[in-house]
Amino acid sequence: MKFLLTLLMSLCLCGAVLAKDAAPLAEDAVVEQRLTAIAEELRCLVCQNESLASSRAELAQDLRREVRGLIKEGKTDAEVKDFLVSRYGDFVLYRPQVKPMNYLLWGGPFILLFAGLFALMRHLRRRSQAVPELPLTAEEKKRAEALLKDTQP
Amino acid sequence: MNKFLLPLGGFILLVALLAVGLKLDPREVPSPLVGKPAPDFSLPLLQDAGQTLTLKDMLGKVWLFNVWASWCPSCREEHPVLIEYAKTPGAVPLIGLNWKDKREDGLRWLARFGNPYQASVYDADGRVGINYGVYGAPETYLIDKAGVIRYKKIGVVTAEVLEKEILPKIRELSL
Repeated sequence: MKFLLTLLMSLCLCGAVLAKDAAPLAEDAVVEQRLTAIAEELRCLVCQNESLASSRAELAQDLRREVRGLIKEGKTDAEVKDFLVSRYGDFVLYRPQVKPMNYLLWGGPFILLFAGLFALMRHLRRRSQAVPELPLTAEEKKRAEALLKDTQP
Repeated sequence: MNKFLLPLGGFILLVALLAVGLKLDPREVPSPLVGKPAPDFSLPLLQDAGQTLTLKDMLGKVWLFNVWASWCPSCREEHPVLIEYAKTPGAVPLIGLNWKDKREDGLRWLARFGNPYQASVYDADGRVGINYGVYGAPETYLIDKAGVIRYKKIGVVTAEVLEKEILPKIRELSL
């Protein structure tokens, strides 16, 4: 019994110690949440296939620090992204913007889709024209009917 | 015959596209800052924390701003080229940005390999680096008399890059 009590108490203590460590993070949980949301949309420039949120590169840590500061200053998500784009270029955005330079990027798949549909339609129309309609002769008709009768039970 | 021409043409186009793609270096991200005024800075000198250098001090000159750090192996690769350049008559001022480094490490590095810089400013937390869009040393900026960034080299400044890309631009801007 005494042992159990001690164990319980030490567990409680553990909890208290952990809670104390976690405090500073919980304090600006909102900031951290927004930081993560923004950073997931941004590319880390050092390891280019990782997002700013998941990268452990030193520059990514610095940039997260800057973004955190901007959020605390009350900047909107768009303003934070502009801050980084103005320094590092559109490359930092994982989601490309819709602007004249990117029209081909956004429209390309649709252009290909419509080109494919057009080619398919043209092909089908041509094929249906290419097959000539041949009516059965009287003799062939008789044979066909005889065959059909044969198969009936 | 015509039947095969279209797919073949498409295939050749694709190969050409991929061949060009292979030659591009994904690490060379074009900087949006080229053609724009250089971001302002006011930083202590590496050699003397009591003295500061600002962007305004460099106005009226064509100058090179070279991002370096003692922890950066590629910086050592370009270092001899910079040292050689600094010795040539008529060389433009070369200012170093000692980026995210420890002061004593930076100083030791210069003592060991030589100092081509007219001055090096010390950017411990990398804030000025971020304003300049630095994402990896070495990077080199060419800034004109009006304080506008005219060119940026990401990566090592080799003798070839200096000769073929940077020097002609310096001559053009110095007129």
